[in-house]
Amino acid sequence: MLKNISNLGDAALYCDFGIQVNKATNLEVIKYFNTIREKKIKGINNLTPSYNKLIISFDLRVTNFSEIKNKIENLDTTIEQNKNNKKIEVPVCCEENFALDRDRLEKKLNLSYQEILTKFFDKEYFCYMTGFIAGMPFLGDIDENLRTQRLETPRVKVPQGSVGITEQFANIYTFDSPGGWNIIGNTPLKVFDDSKEKDPNLINPGDTIIFKKISRQEYESKNDR
Amino acid sequence: MRVKMIGNYFEILRGGINTTFQDKGRENLYHIGIPFSGVMDNRNFLLANKLVGNHLTAPVIEFAYQGPHLKYTGDQLNFVITGDVIFKIKKKDNEIDGVCYQSYHLENGDEVNIISTNKSVYGYLAIGSEIDLNFQWNSCSINTKANIGSNNGKKLDSGQKINLLKINSNKTLKKVNYINSKIENIRVIKGTNFDYFSDEGKKIFFEKEFVVSKLSDRMGMRLEGPKIENIINTNIKSEGLVKGVIQVPADGNPIIMLSDHGTVGGYPKIGVVVSVDYDRLVQLAPGSKVKFQEIELSDAETLFKLYEMDTKNLLNQI
Repeated sequence: MLKNISNLGDAALYCDFGIQVNKATNLEVIKYFNTIREKKIKGINNLTPSYNKLIISFDLRVTNFSEIKNKIENLDTTIEQNKNNKKIEVPVCCEENFALDRDRLEKKLNLSYQEILTKFFDKEYFCYMTGFIAGMPFLGDIDENLRTQRLETPRVKVPQGSVGITEQFANIYTFDSPGGWNIIGNTPLKVFDDSKEKDPNLINPGDTIIFKKISRQEYESKNDR
Repeated sequence: MRVKMIGNYFEILRGGINTTFQDKGRENLYHIGIPFSGVMDNRNFLLANKLVGNHLTAPVIEFAYQGPHLKYTGDQLNFVITGDVIFKIKKKDNEIDGVCYQSYHLENGDEVNIISTNKSVYGYLAIGSEIDLNFQWNSCSINTKANIGSNNGKKLDSGQKINLLKINSNKTLKKVNYINSKIENIRVIKGTNFDYFSDEGKKIFFEKEFVVSKLSDRMGMRLEGPKIENIINTNIKSEGLVKGVIQVPADGNPIIMLSDHGTVGGYPKIGVVVSVDYDRLVQLAPGSKVKFQEIELSDAETLFKLYEMDTKNLLNQI
């Protein structure tokens, strides 16, 4: 449930859905996100859903905090929404040169790489949000035995396609980017495609992801980037 | 012998440090990870377009510090530079020092050499013509981080050409008297994690001086100063960011989110710079000393209205 609305600066609303990070909370965030998008409220120029927050940006030339707050508080979110969430298979190669943090993870988790991969590929993942860099999905929840912190010193450049894990989440680097997640493999899929303006993200909040382990050979044949 | 024109264009003799095409940016894409981008200094963008008779949100060339050196081939057109910029115009027989906020004619073979911005960061070059650009999500704005926008999302480089489509028919020269004011006190509204910081840390934030670091760019402005102590947690669950948010990571040095910022982040938000101060904030060059000053939401809203009125008045003088 939406617990509290405050202002984030003078041109955004900060909607707090509670401290719990789980699928139920996130689905509530996504419900508000979808409803507000469909309503096309005048002055709202951006929405950022995350695990348990929704930030609503608006054009201060057109409206203001109290006007938008009032509209959000009186929003009817009970309307049936068209759910077009997808199930997407994402092939990942975890062989040498791709599994950048293999040694680190084996030590931190006290598991063999084989065990790590079995646990990782054995689950379906839920997309909580996308962002940071264009199209990067934040997926969860990973197996409790695979949870560990970010690298102490983030990499200056994580290669495009890298699949990373940290705490209860997994993500995919859609571009070469700085980053501190533990890299377990790499996908040949194009996860962000800016030539598709209507729908550039392969993975959207609410989608289900199944990772599929592939060989180096399969990786090369599927590489469409 | 008659020279056959094959179109009007600029040749880039030198790209400059960070030269990009920008316009008003893109909206409603935070949720897929794409920020607004667009011009850093909105007022100077609007003035530039008005001074060459473009519609107000037409694409312009934004440059930082050292700008581009351009050579023009084609029919006469107007151009203007806004900001606080040192530049030269090279005509057939002579070279003159250019003046900002004053449009000039360019003839075939003329050159514009933007030497540098003066004690500021961003300057704008507007051309009185439609430019041949690629638009993505209704904006030409180049986001070099995601390679989105015109020029394949990459900054402009020497050897490239800027092709023009249709030169404005009205070539009346225009000018406006305007001086960019400097900002020393950045006004902020308390952030959603303000209470993550110790009383001493809060006091430091609002009372001590911070210095703009040279590690600042279109994504963010890093500041250095006394460490702001966090007593709760130096990480939060990743959540949305907006322009102007001041995050404080574990090292205690604030970072202000600017136009190309990452759309989500996991560091506590101590404050948010108010909209009225954004144009002047981005012009703070590395080494500038600043202080943060707390302001209430209602005052921030009123000041922004006044600033917008002031911008409109300036535009009406042109």
